[in-house]
Amino acid sequence: MRHPNNQTAPLVATSPLERVWRNLFSSPMNVFLTLAVLFLLYWVVLPVVQWAFIEANWSGESRQDCVRSGACWVFIKVRFAQFMYGFYPAAERWRVNTTFLLFGVACLPLFFPSFPRKAWVGAFLLVVYPFVGFILLVGGLFGLPVVETRLWGGLMVTLVVAGVGIVVSFPVGVVLALGRRSTMPVIRAICTAFIEIVRGIPLISVLFMASVMLPMFLPEGMNFDKLLRALVGVTLFAGAYMAEVVRGGLQAIPRGQFEAAAALGLGYWRMMGLVILPQALRIVIPGIVNTFIGLFKDTTLVLIIGLFDLLGIIRAATADPNWLGFTMEGYAFAAVVFWIFCFSMSRISLLLEGRLQVSDK
Amino acid sequence: MIEMMGVHKWFGDFHVLKDINLTVHKGERIVVCGPSGSGKSTMIRCINRLEEHQRGRITVDGVELTSDLKNIEQIRREVGIVFQEFNLFPHLTVLENLCLAPIWVRGMPRAEAEKITMKYLERVCIPEQAHKYPGQLSGGQQQRVAIARSLCMNPKIMLFDEPTSALDPEMIKEVLDVMVSLAREGMTMVVVTHVMGFARTVANRMLFMDEGEIIEENTTQEFFNHPRSERTKQFLSQILSH
Repeated sequence: MRHPNNQTAPLVATSPLERVWRNLFSSPMNVFLTLAVLFLLYWVVLPVVQWAFIEANWSGESRQDCVRSGACWVFIKVRFAQFMYGFYPAAERWRVNTTFLLFGVACLPLFFPSFPRKAWVGAFLLVVYPFVGFILLVGGLFGLPVVETRLWGGLMVTLVVAGVGIVVSFPVGVVLALGRRSTMPVIRAICTAFIEIVRGIPLISVLFMASVMLPMFLPEGMNFDKLLRALVGVTLFAGAYMAEVVRGGLQAIPRGQFEAAAALGLGYWRMMGLVILPQALRIVIPGIVNTFIGLFKDTTLVLIIGLFDLLGIIRAATADPNWLGFTMEGYAFAAVVFWIFCFSMSRISLLLEGRLQVSDK
Repeated sequence: MIEMMGVHKWFGDFHVLKDINLTVHKGERIVVCGPSGSGKSTMIRCINRLEEHQRGRITVDGVELTSDLKNIEQIRREVGIVFQEFNLFPHLTVLENLCLAPIWVRGMPRAEAEKITMKYLERVCIPEQAHKYPGQLSGGQQQRVAIARSLCMNPKIMLFDEPTSALDPEMIKEVLDVMVSLAREGMTMVVVTHVMGFARTVANRMLFMDEGEIIEENTTQEFFNHPRSERTKQFLSQILSH
C-alpha cells in the first residue's frame, strides 16, 4: 500500500549539451582544467596518432617502402610470422594454430551459464588438453615430426609459458596458502619458508637458478629442456604470489563459517573445498587476475635463459641489419599485443565477478 | 546423553569455565541463562568441540570428547548447533545449504538428501524459499533455515547459542515456535537464551551461570519461584522486569 505522503522525485531536465557545460565549464577551475586537458591531448596524443596512423607506412615488402615520415609497419608485416611462431618450421605451423584454437573453442562453453556439463569441459581442459597440446606442439607421436623447443619463439612461447604458469600456479598457490595457515607446525614452517624465500628473490634470479642450478641437482646425463626450466621457475614464482593472495581471501572469511562447517561434521578438506575456498576465492578474484596479468608480462624475462618470447624475438629482429632503426615500431607492436591479452584477462575477470555475483551475496 | 565432569577452561590466563558439572538426559530441555561473559556459550560450544576444555571430562552419547579427530567427527554428526549469527553459507542456495552435510558427511545420494531437505524446510514452514540465497531471506527465515540445516543430519542433541538475540522482536516468535515444536517432539536441547517466556514453556531444568561457574541449577518451577542464591534473584529481577 503506497504511503499517502509518497511523491515522485522531481525531474531535472538535462540535455547532453547542458551536462557537458555543467561538468566541463561551470566554474573557473573547471574551465582551466578542461583547457589544460585539451592542450595535453593536442600536445601528446596528436603526435602519436600522426606517427602511428596518419603518416604511417602500411604496405610494402622491404624497408625501401617506408617512405613516409611515420611508423614503418611494413617491418611488422614482413616479420609477422616470426613474431608469432619464432623459428617453428612453416610447414608445421598449423599445429600451433590448432593448439591455441582448440583452447579457445574449449573455453567458449564456460562463458554460457546455461551450458550443461560445464564440469566435463573443465575436466577436459585440465586433464586431456595438456596432453593434446603437448603432442601437437612437440610432436613425436602420430606421425607428427618432432619440433624441438629451441625452435619455438615469439608469441607462441609467451602463451605457452604464461598459460602453463597461470594454470599450474593457481592450485600450487592454494595449497601453499592452506599450508601456511595449517595448525601443523612443520607444514606451516615449510610453506611459509617457501613463500618468503621465493617472494624475496626477483623472478630473473629464480629463472637463472632454475636454469643453472636445476641441472646440477639432477643425475649425470639427464638434461632438462630449457623451456621446462622456465616453466618450473615461472610457476613456482607465481605460486608464491598466488599463495598470499589466496591467504588474504581466507582471512576474510568469518570464523562462524568455519565453525558452522565443522559443526556439521565436515572434515578439513570438505570444509575447505565446499564452504571456505568457494567464498574466499570469489572475494580475491581481482587479486588473482592481477597476479595472472603480472605473470603474463613477466614471461618476457625468459630471455635471460635464452628463450625467445614475443619481446625477445622482436628485439632480435630489430638487430637485423636489414631493418635497423625500427625499434619503436617493434616495441609499439609488442605493447599492443600485450595490452590486448592483459585487457582481455581483465574484462574476463569482471565478467566472472558479475557471474558469480561477488558483490551481491 | 551429555555428561560434563569437573570441566575447566582457560583462554590464556583467563579462567572462563570453573568446575562445570552437568548431566543432560535424553529428551531433557536445559536452558542456560546468565549475564554476558559468564561462559554460557563457551560451555555449550565445548560439547561439540568448537572450544576445547583443558581439564575434566566431557562425554556425549557415550563417546568421550578428546583430541581424537574420529571421536570429534562422530560426536559432531549427532550434535546439531544453531548460532546467534545463523552462519548460513552465503554462496549456496537454501536447498544446497541443507543438502551439504547429508550428501558429504552421511554419503546420501542427492535425490534422497533433497527429499529430506524439503521435509525439514516444510517443518520450519519455509519450503518456498528453497532456491533462494541466504542473503535474500529475512533474519527469522535465515535462523529457521539454520535450524533445518542442523535437523537434516538427524541429530540426537540440539544446541542453541542465543538463537534469537540477533533477531527483530517480530521475528523472534517464528523461531521460538519452531523450537517449541522441536521440544514437544522430544528432542534433547540445551539452549542459551534470555527469552524467559520460552524457558518457562519448555525447559525441564534451568541453569544460571555467572563468571564461569554454575551458580544455580533447578527445575523450572523452583528456579523462577524460589531462587536460592542472591545473585540469581538479582539477575531474575533485572531480566524479568521487561
